[in-house]
Amino acid sequence: MKFDTPATTNPIDRLKIVGLPTDRIDGPLKTTGTAPYAYERHDVAPDAAYGHVLGAAIAKGRIASMDLTAAWAAPGVLAVVTAENAGKLGKGEYNTAKLLGGPEIEHYHQAVALVVAETFEQARHAAELIKVDYAPARGAYDLAASRDSAKPAGKDEEPADSRVGDFDAAFAAAPVQLDATYTTPDQSHAMMEPHASIAAWNGDRLSLWTSNQMIAWSVGDVAKTLGIAKEKVHLMSPYIGGGFGGKLWVRADALLAALGARAAKRPVKVALQRPLMINNTTHRPATIQRIRLGADKDGRLTAIGHDSWSGDLPGGKPETAIMQTRLLYAGANRLTRQRLAELDLPEGNSMRAPGEAAGMMALEIAMDEMAEKLGLDPVEFRIRNDTQVDPEQPERKFSQRQLTECLRTGAERFGWARRKAEPRQVRDGRWLVGLGMAAAYRGSPVIKSGARVRLDGKGTVTVETDMTDIGTGSYTIIAQTAAEMMGVPLDKVVVRLGDSAFPVSSGSGGQFGGNSSTAGVYAACVKLREAVTAKLGLNAADAQFADGQVRSGDRSIALAEAARSGELAAEDAIEFGGLDKKHQLSTFGGHFVEVAVDAATAEVRIRRMLAVCASGRILNPKSARSQVIGAMTMGAGAALMEDLVVDKRHGFFVNHDLASYEVPVHADIPHQEVIFLDETDPMSSPMKAKGVGELGICGVAAAVANAIYNATGVRVRDYPITLDKLLEKMPDVG
Amino acid sequence: MKPFTYERAASPAEAATAAARQPGARFIAGGTNLLDLMKLQIETPDHLIDVNGLGLDRIEETQDGGLRIGALVRNTDLAADARVRRDHAVLSRALLAGASGQLRNRATTAGNLLQRTRCPYFYDTNMACNKRRPGSGCSALGGYSRQLAVVGGSEACIATHPSDMAVAMRVLDATVETVKPTVKPEGATRKIPIADFHRLPGDTPEIETVLEPGELITAVTLPKPAGGTHHYRKVRDRASYAFALVSVAAIVQPDGSGRVALGGVAPKPWRREDAEAEMSRGAKPVMAKLLAGARPTEENKFKLPLAERALAAVLAEAKG
Ligand SMILES: Cc1cc2nc3c(=O)[nH]c(=O)nc-3n(C[C@H](O)[C@H](O)[C@H](O)COP(=O)(O)OP(=O)(O)OC[C@H]3O[C@@H](n4cnc5c(N)ncnc54)[C@H](O)[C@@H]3O)c2cc1C
Ligand code: SF4
Repeated sequence: MKFDTPATTNPIDRLKIVGLPTDRIDGPLKTTGTAPYAYERHDVAPDAAYGHVLGAAIAKGRIASMDLTAAWAAPGVLAVVTAENAGKLGKGEYNTAKLLGGPEIEHYHQAVALVVAETFEQARHAAELIKVDYAPARGAYDLAASRDSAKPAGKDEEPADSRVGDFDAAFAAAPVQLDATYTTPDQSHAMMEPHASIAAWNGDRLSLWTSNQMIAWSVGDVAKTLGIAKEKVHLMSPYIGGGFGGKLWVRADALLAALGARAAKRPVKVALQRPLMINNTTHRPATIQRIRLGADKDGRLTAIGHDSWSGDLPGGKPETAIMQTRLLYAGANRLTRQRLAELDLPEGNSMRAPGEAAGMMALEIAMDEMAEKLGLDPVEFRIRNDTQVDPEQPERKFSQRQLTECLRTGAERFGWARRKAEPRQVRDGRWLVGLGMAAAYRGSPVIKSGARVRLDGKGTVTVETDMTDIGTGSYTIIAQTAAEMMGVPLDKVVVRLGDSAFPVSSGSGGQFGGNSSTAGVYAACVKLREAVTAKLGLNAADAQFADGQVRSGDRSIALAEAARSGELAAEDAIEFGGLDKKHQLSTFGGHFVEVAVDAATAEVRIRRMLAVCASGRILNPKSARSQVIGAMTMGAGAALMEDLVVDKRHGFFVNHDLASYEVPVHADIPHQEVIFLDETDPMSSPMKAKGVGELGICGVAAAVANAIYNATGVRVRDYPITLDKLLEKMPDVG
Repeated sequence: MKPFTYERAASPAEAATAAARQPGARFIAGGTNLLDLMKLQIETPDHLIDVNGLGLDRIEETQDGGLRIGALVRNTDLAADARVRRDHAVLSRALLAGASGQLRNRATTAGNLLQRTRCPYFYDTNMACNKRRPGSGCSALGGYSRQLAVVGGSEACIATHPSDMAVAMRVLDATVETVKPTVKPEGATRKIPIADFHRLPGDTPEIETVLEPGELITAVTLPKPAGGTHHYRKVRDRASYAFALVSVAAIVQPDGSGRVALGGVAPKPWRREDAEAEMSRGAKPVMAKLLAGARPTEENKFKLPLAERALAAVLAEAKG
């Protein structure tokens, strides 16, 4: 189905099932521990041997020699795989560094060997017996030091630089100016389930049970890396214990499981041990961001400049922290520039809301600072600079943009009026209390997505698509979509996901999955409805599908009837035909935060958080809310604690476990509220939905930072805002 | 993890004798620290001697009105004991500020005292670390040292002792009771004041306590209640489930005198009785003495004002 004209009324608009707060249909499987995750597929791959990965001990250089003798001689060992004995390997389209290093080492903890043994303990022990002699080389590990060597870098179709009007002149002439530099650190996805895979060969065909967000990309990359045809790879990832972008790609677990299984002639399972999660896989790269804002005395922005620097391995990509600045606020003179330095740290890549999450951390502090300079309320200042058109290309309208409504609703519900404009005015016992806010912004891309729908003689509808559910609730919204379209209750729908044998979907990433994949299911259901009416001899044009019946004129026939003599199946894909180019599809919101800062120790504790989101039709308010509160929690982590510490001598992230890479715990997140504004977006898809899982994080950290400023009067521009950055300016104790 | 053998000891003295017999042996109690370190190849014992089930899991009153806490008493049980909560509240508070509920259910009194540092380089076997591999160097010096010691460290090691419980034990003047292997089957017992129990690193950071090979902790005793108000203030980056940047254990008497020990700043619970003479004059003079000779790094020098401010807050709270 081509989607190239705005959606009109369709069966989804009935909202009998779509749009209702609905429990996860996969919930019972997860709460009873019966959802089959990749590492536990003993049912389909019995007798799997265990693989253990050895990571490189240096960040850059070469393996001079490797002695595998002791490892081979250790009890239970079945195979030892290294780059030397693995045969010729390619590199995936989506990988920057090789997944199996050697002799050249590109980053710390790059996999250099896999030991396969009868038991996990034997494999781990033998891996420790491998002796590697390294010839280290000098590398670049310090973004600040490499900043001047950085080069312009765009990403996907977005250029490195954009200019509108004359930024320099307008900035120089502006009566009120801000010029400030902000930094965001490297961050880790730190999801619960590590990267894990089981591989089994049947002749030259590979079955791979893995934990992966993008099935089709990954089939391609597994095939490319192994040098086999795509058709020979069967990849399955029905359940995923969190991804956040860390599982958009094939990682070492999958490749090494495949190589290990080939060498051991037996299924092999590999999970990346926790300490490898951080340096072996990808992370959100650190940024340095300079923001310059110029405004007239009334608080209208006349000049907006945003420069961003990030680093990555040679051939890598920038963190697109300037993205939102091209679109968020009005202003005639604009300049954005994105620079990329070569660093020899582990590979940087997408993490929840790549670009905007880091960009909004800086931009939305800058807006707070500017509002203060102007003597304006921060909510009012943002509203004054709202726009309904793409500020770089005014002929392009936003399909829907309710930023002002989000901010006004949030201010009202949060009690923003009680905020004291002057910082450090509110004391509650030992605590300094402050309120802060930030706008939320995230693009809402759409991606072609396919599905197959089948109807059987019992009236059960089965959906098959290679879409993934990374904990987001895909199973449920897909079931809701099919139930609504076919007029059956939810328990008459079976959803099967994450299998490369199924039609190719959008996959999960970039907050495109929810809208795109359900639109694909919608398209397939439209076809199935046609097949049903044809079979039943009903008039397709006026047929109503409801309550398990198909009605047309004065006839009403049970849906199951259509499949009585055999299953009916239909397959289609939604293909987006340019409405998303003609219009800007984006999601908007407002984040409001109250913090308390211990006057003695400067410990920051969040008291409450509110997010107001305008992000198209909310297909399932329950799972959407879960997405947003999860994202707010991640934003709180970014504000207050998450920081992959770079050892600039050895070139690696030092705090590579969950004891030392701190993410929020329950005690850090006392109270969260989410409001979804009523919105349907006919430009987005027949579902009229957009993304929400990434919008939820964008702006949160800045809202926290602004609340800390309001509480303490201390402006911290370097994340995370740990107590040592506040302590000096805290009041006397006692 | 290196393959190892395992036995259950039949009595404390036999455990000590068995440990002395096998140079690569280790006791295992709750296992919450030892097993983690074994999985990471940081501890590589050849033999484990399980000391659970030796009857060392009781809390009894002593003749002089104190408490004798068995080495195997779980942190959860110790924190919940009515006598501890009433008379030694600083201990209860310190325990509950540590780790998580699940870990405290396993963690034992002796194991907690003997838990090893959380220095991140100690945890990465690719990195030089004098504590893990004597003579290899100290990666934390000149590296990531935000969590590490500001006082009591050496050129060889600036690791901190991460325990909360031990800081409270120190301020309570606890005594560690042990049994050592001897030719006699019942072994030899000794009592070690907590102040002398942990060693400073000097040039042998791998030696962390005065325990001798095979020496088993049987109990920790607390003297009669110290009175006063009891405080444990733990400062950290997140609200729970994190090690202390700085912690303050204090007992303050109605006249303003008292005791104070610090966690998170030194290779052992940090207390100096001469600093306590200043208690009634406020946090500043106390810290001037307590942290005299401090040699912080650029990354952890904030701990000095932080410790002083945390103590000031505790003293203010004590005043009410
Ligand atoms: C994620 C995490 C977070 C934590 N957070 C905190 C925290 O915030 N604060 C805090 O204080 N602690 C914290 N801990 C540490 C925890 O308190 C210790 O792991 C625990 O107290 C160790 O006790 P155990 O009985 O499990 O010791 P084990 O692991 O069994 O033993 C530790 C050591 O003591 C030796 N040993 C044990 N018993 C005896 C004995 N009777 N005589 C002689 N030697 C003995 C063992 O040989 C071993 O060397 C944390 C731990 C983890 C894993
Ligand atoms: S501070 Fe101590 S534990 Fe840390 S690296 Fe140095 S020697 Fe090792």
